[in-house]
Amino acid sequence: MSDTKILPSQPPPRSTSGVSGWLFTNLLSTPLNIALTVVAVAIILSALIPLVQWGLIDANFIGSTQDDCTGAGACWVFIGSRWNFFIYGFFPETTYWRVNIVYALLVILLAPQFFEAFPYKRLFGIITLTAFPIVALILLAGGILGLEVVPTEQWSGLILTLVLSFVGIVGSLPIGILLALGRRSQMPVIRGICTVFIEVWRGVPLISVLFMASVMLPLFLPDGVNFDKLLRALIGIVMFQSAYMAEVVRGGLQAIPRGQYEAASALGLGYWKSMRLIIMPQALKLVIPGIVNTFIALFKDTTLVLIIGLFDLLKTVETAIVDPNWRNVATEGHLFAAFAFWIFCFGMSRYSQALERKLDTGHKR
Amino acid sequence: MSDTSTMTAAKPSTAPGDEPVIRMIDVNKWYGDFHVLKDINLDVQQGERIVICGPSGSGKSTTIRCINRLEEHQRGQIIVDGTELTSDVKNIEMIRREVGMVFQHFNLFPHLTVLENLTLAPMWVRKQPRAEAEATAMKYLERVRIPEQADKFPGQLSGGQQQRVAIARSLCMNPKIMLFDEPTSALDPEMIKEVLDTMIQLAEEGMTMLCVTHEMGFAKTVANRVIFMDGGQIIEQNDPHEFFDHPQHDRTKLFLSQILGH
Repeated sequence: MSDTKILPSQPPPRSTSGVSGWLFTNLLSTPLNIALTVVAVAIILSALIPLVQWGLIDANFIGSTQDDCTGAGACWVFIGSRWNFFIYGFFPETTYWRVNIVYALLVILLAPQFFEAFPYKRLFGIITLTAFPIVALILLAGGILGLEVVPTEQWSGLILTLVLSFVGIVGSLPIGILLALGRRSQMPVIRGICTVFIEVWRGVPLISVLFMASVMLPLFLPDGVNFDKLLRALIGIVMFQSAYMAEVVRGGLQAIPRGQYEAASALGLGYWKSMRLIIMPQALKLVIPGIVNTFIALFKDTTLVLIIGLFDLLKTVETAIVDPNWRNVATEGHLFAAFAFWIFCFGMSRYSQALERKLDTGHKR
Repeated sequence: MSDTSTMTAAKPSTAPGDEPVIRMIDVNKWYGDFHVLKDINLDVQQGERIVICGPSGSGKSTTIRCINRLEEHQRGQIIVDGTELTSDVKNIEMIRREVGMVFQHFNLFPHLTVLENLTLAPMWVRKQPRAEAEATAMKYLERVRIPEQADKFPGQLSGGQQQRVAIARSLCMNPKIMLFDEPTSALDPEMIKEVLDTMIQLAEEGMTMLCVTHEMGFAKTVANRVIFMDGGQIIEQNDPHEFFDHPQHDRTKLFLSQILGH
């Protein structure tokens, strides 16, 4: 036996040292890299400086009419003065408080989900899916408890975008899960129905779906039978998105090894229990990026309801832009709309990333 | 062909008169056109410990997977604990509650902690209250000597530890029969012993066990019957002493020389 010593573990060598180290290794390491860095910085600055000049330095923020926009820059006065229209749409001013409560509830219920340490996440989640929709419906529609009726034709602006997205998201996920399970079913009839459903809805543009729901469907219904245009649009969106969701979820199901199904069966768990307790939690975790991708696409696709004459956030912005009292505010309006949509989509994206980290148990050492 | 099965199948290894806890009568199975199980006849008595060995593709895993209906047989009868396995889902689920299974690749649920893996089936299938299920789970974790891992996730454990958790998970359902499908084949050599020790302990407590394994040491010390399968048939079955010292069939001799020779 040789006298080999057991070596102690050593800390890994330091590869980079701080910001300057990073700069020198990545951006300024060779003459070519220095040249590329200089060119890149020049391009970025040449775009950024005019944007800041237009959007902040030369911009007008204070006032209420077109005449207050005197500078050469952006006319943010437009956004401020039409703010209520964007947020509440055609809701009568006397009912703004009801819409405000819905907004507030949404923030109160959803914001805590972003905080790891918040203890009542599950309770808040259940309330968001059960009590909240009912309360929101009562507040928005009115008609009972002495609340003034607001017909759905008047639902518009940001609140309509949120109603469409919320119902679309909450409706399409469970239906999508059922369709995905159905498409993988052993029973040929169920598998056939689900496959046809998915392929038909997925193969049709959303605009056609909305157009058919709004214009053609009433032609097939008997006279006198008519139901709400918003409801028809909602059903169209839910059906359309659930077909996409089904395929995303099916992707997750394909990735679950057969051993998981067998272990669940061998323990005596029936089909629904193994799906709910073993398969779905793992499959859905795998496809969180795909699910959120679909949610984000859905959120932005709600803008297509302008085809059937519903005024979502984007449509209210466009309506305000063509108002003759304002000139050349298209850029400001569209930037505002883009920013509003981005905020919500970015929020969903951040939430999904946090969720992925939290649920990552598979390879944690 | 048929003479081998009649010669060997008629060899009862425990006291006659008891109703066998598993009874396979002329079981046949095909994968498409491929005939994987040919006229399997097997009676297992309560408390019997059977090792099934044979070359790969011989149908040994398929045989035990038929017992809890992970595979469906197309001809013949399988009666487990007095209930015949048919396509009746109620019967299948009833039998699965009484038959534990340990897999080659453990098949623990990676999204649940070790403790949750163990309590899931007792709580959802046997409707036990959580406290009771957790107490049982801890008892079995102590028996497989890893109670300190209860709150970890399966991905944080070594292969040997995972397989012991898998054994404990099956035991939590208080099964009458345990099936082991190559439980040590996916393990590093140094971890095989800890899993085999757990299985030996279980055998000493009188559990009815069917093990598909290549661990011939385990077969010699634990089994009271060794079954050799090849080509979807039971070629030979005997008590371990006779089986290893005086194999009857040429194919058995060849197989034993190959796995014991190296």
